Amino acid sequence: MPNTVLTVEDLSVTFALHDSEVHAVRDMNFTLTESEILAVVGESGSGKSQAFLSIMGLLARNGRATGKAMLGDINLVGMNKSQLDAYRGKDIAMIFQDPMTSLNPSLRVRTQLAEVLVKHRGFDKDKAIRAAIEMLERVGIPEPAKRANAFPHELSGGMRQRVMIAMALLCQPKILIADEPTTALDVTVQAQMLDLFKSLTQDFGTALVLITHDLGVVAGVADRMMVMYGGRAVEKGKVDDLFYDPRHPYTLGLLHSTPHIAHRAARLDPIQGLPPSLEHLPKGCSFNPRCAFRFERCLIERPPLTPTGEGREKACFYEGELSYEKVA
Amino acid sequence: MLGYALRRVLSAIPIALIAVTICFFILRLAPGGPFDGERALPPLVLANLRAHYNLDQPLVVQYFIYIWRLLHGDLGPSMVIEGFSVSRLIAIGFPFTLTLALTAFVIATFVGLVAGMIAAVNQNKWPDYVLVLVVMIGVIIPNFLMAALLQLWFGVYLRWFPAGGWVNGSWMHLVLPVTVLAWPHAARISRLMRGSMIEVLGTNYVRTARSKGIGQRLVLARHAIKPALIPVVSYLGPGLSYLLTGSLAVEQIFGLPGIGKYFITAALNRDYGIVLGTTILYMFIILALNLIVDLVYAWLDPKVRYR
Amino acid sequence: MAGITGKDAVLTDYANKLATLDAPKGRSLTQDALRRLTRNKAAVVSIFLLLAIVLIAFIGPYFLPWSYSQVDWTAIRKPPDFDKGHFFGTDQNGRDMLARVLQGTQMSIIVAAVATVVSVSIGVVYGAIAGYFGGRVDAVMMRIVDIMYALPYILFVIILVVMFGRNPVLLFVGIGAIEWLTMARIVRGQTLSLKEKEFVEAAKAGGAKPWTIIMRHIVPNLTGPVVIYATLTIPEIIIAESFLSYLGLGVQEPQTSLGTLISFGAPVAEVLPWMLLAPAAVLVTMLLCLTYIGDGLRDALDPKDR
Repeated sequence: MPNTVLTVEDLSVTFALHDSEVHAVRDMNFTLTESEILAVVGESGSGKSQAFLSIMGLLARNGRATGKAMLGDINLVGMNKSQLDAYRGKDIAMIFQDPMTSLNPSLRVRTQLAEVLVKHRGFDKDKAIRAAIEMLERVGIPEPAKRANAFPHELSGGMRQRVMIAMALLCQPKILIADEPTTALDVTVQAQMLDLFKSLTQDFGTALVLITHDLGVVAGVADRMMVMYGGRAVEKGKVDDLFYDPRHPYTLGLLHSTPHIAHRAARLDPIQGLPPSLEHLPKGCSFNPRCAFRFERCLIERPPLTPTGEGREKACFYEGELSYEKVA
Repeated sequence: MLGYALRRVLSAIPIALIAVTICFFILRLAPGGPFDGERALPPLVLANLRAHYNLDQPLVVQYFIYIWRLLHGDLGPSMVIEGFSVSRLIAIGFPFTLTLALTAFVIATFVGLVAGMIAAVNQNKWPDYVLVLVVMIGVIIPNFLMAALLQLWFGVYLRWFPAGGWVNGSWMHLVLPVTVLAWPHAARISRLMRGSMIEVLGTNYVRTARSKGIGQRLVLARHAIKPALIPVVSYLGPGLSYLLTGSLAVEQIFGLPGIGKYFITAALNRDYGIVLGTTILYMFIILALNLIVDLVYAWLDPKVRYR
Repeated sequence: MAGITGKDAVLTDYANKLATLDAPKGRSLTQDALRRLTRNKAAVVSIFLLLAIVLIAFIGPYFLPWSYSQVDWTAIRKPPDFDKGHFFGTDQNGRDMLARVLQGTQMSIIVAAVATVVSVSIGVVYGAIAGYFGGRVDAVMMRIVDIMYALPYILFVIILVVMFGRNPVLLFVGIGAIEWLTMARIVRGQTLSLKEKEFVEAAKAGGAKPWTIIMRHIVPNLTGPVVIYATLTIPEIIIAESFLSYLGLGVQEPQTSLGTLISFGAPVAEVLPWMLLAPAAVLVTMLLCLTYIGDGLRDALDPKDR
């Protein structure tokens, strides 16, 4: 049995607006084990990024998180920033969506890498730079010593994302959170990047959380996945199970709106309707306005996330067979 | 970087020359002259005087004489204060003006940057509101009114500082003038710094820096301040030139022996030599400041250098 | 005093935004901004307060028992006295301070208005010509603007005022003649993009003269920048005017302006505080209102800013 590295319990994130509150994430629960790759899938606004930003203590000023995110016996949620600094970057690291803007344009690459080791490993500057260059080589950057001296704007997008990966892995963290790490990259680079993620996290025993809206990214890489809608997890389970036998209508819809992996669909169909506004979630099941399988109960009561055996969970009242024909 | 600097210096030269030309002709084409005093001078004396200062020659010739002298660093004679060259007057008055302006500049820039940073980090909390208030006062009260109010309060009622005048080497006499000069400058700097710092603190790269757990102090010092300085730096050049010109007025108000005193008297007496000399001096300073700002800018934002 | 309200930066941003939009959309951008401005409480209050000051400054003197140059020999250097009708007291010559403050306010407003009109007119015409003819004409004209930017503004105003005598009219013109640079830049940019548009092409094909095209097709599209420019320029000119008057280079006796009143009030403020406080309060209130309106406009133009 592999070790559990992160246990998230009842994590909720709210944002205070002018005169109201918005719940971006509600009651999120999951565990992560060593070397595992968990995909968190959902449309934009489903709360998937905010959940993990809250664990990293990176919420916007008006955001507040409640619940628990246990790293060993330490709860990261609600911890003050200076205490949190002892863990983030060292035990838990994050890579962001846009490599073009996520590196500081006025600092050389080596400075941005080395500071992590200086802080968390206590290396002196020279030693930190040497280690940084080694890591750059490891993430497949040619001429790493030269690139380390470059400013970010002198590097290509793929190269910058490699730098970001190198930066996140410098301390061989227990957990790496990658928020849409390939979205901003060329398709050819995307595949390389995913391979890199997979091999490096295996080498270091790092658990990887892959936040994405692209099921194509999930398919070849992740072990388990969690589908999010309107701030809540609606289905969880092994990737293969969910792909071949989705049990939530939203998962089904996502699969059919993604090329390549929609094995059973002859054509590509986007899900009807728009993602919900978090300020005005419908009563009952949040997905009900877009759901082809809804019935009366869905309009009144919100389905809880319940286990359905084989380590799967779903939040849906519909028990019949989900057939895509009905959706179309 | 060196090539960039050289290119910038070369491009400033024609601008300086044209600006000198404009000033020269505007001054000369205006009606009235330095010898239209209350008492009309006898024609012969007037003619001699005019000949002495080359005023009897065609304007174009005067212009070339002036440029020729200027190239040799000679700003010509004063036409009203006898036996004084403009360069000498500047040598007497300008160091004081420069000291006053630079003191105000250094203090104000430092205070403004720090205040702007504190306000940005505490956005919409009390330090921010206090700053907004202080900035407002600094920006909307014109310097002569501010001077009057400070003189009245600290000079007359509280008697903390002398309300005006100058005793050599006494810094007490500089407190109020420097405050008057520095306040609006600090206000504008802090406003700019606050805005750009808030923007920078919201960028992805600062979020990255926070995610690395390097601590709030390093995040600010290494990752946020340098990029946040970029819009502020472009204001420093114009800012210093406002301080230098503003200093002329402040000297007048507080009765300080800077170049402002000579300039305003010279303007009233139509003393071309001093007016033109001072204006040209200021113009060169402003051009030089813009140049320096461009170079600092290139250092702060590496992308600029390669253009 | 250029740049006191940071108008160069604001206007340049605004012009860049305008340049990316089509002409009709540019107009609606301005309308949106004005609509947002009306929702800004501080700005709306400031607009009303400012209007009130302007009205009182121009109408008020007709309702006062004393005129601004009239001497009341029975009340010299007297504090406010409601029985005699000296609501703000009197100065060393026994003249009613309220009447003088109102006259001074009038003068400051007139100077600001005239100078703004002058600078907007010069800026619009200059920029439109540079932009419309383009090429070498444009290059030379804009180079001149760059050079003028390098001139020390307030020295230049002082020189102009001194050289052309202390005539208030020339004072307005002198100040206006130096303030137009930013306006010219923006108008030029607008014209460059507008002249490529179909309706200008059509007018050209119809044989319209350049001047007609500029006045009929290009200038009407500049309302937005002109409004903003004016709002941000007026406080600068009020300050410049009061500063010059303070130095004794501006408005001459018996006429007065807020700057002149402050310069007379400042040295005697210890014994006759009302002589400084009244004009200072009006000046600061006007500048405060204009600053709030300017800030409101800025926010309205760039809502994401705060």
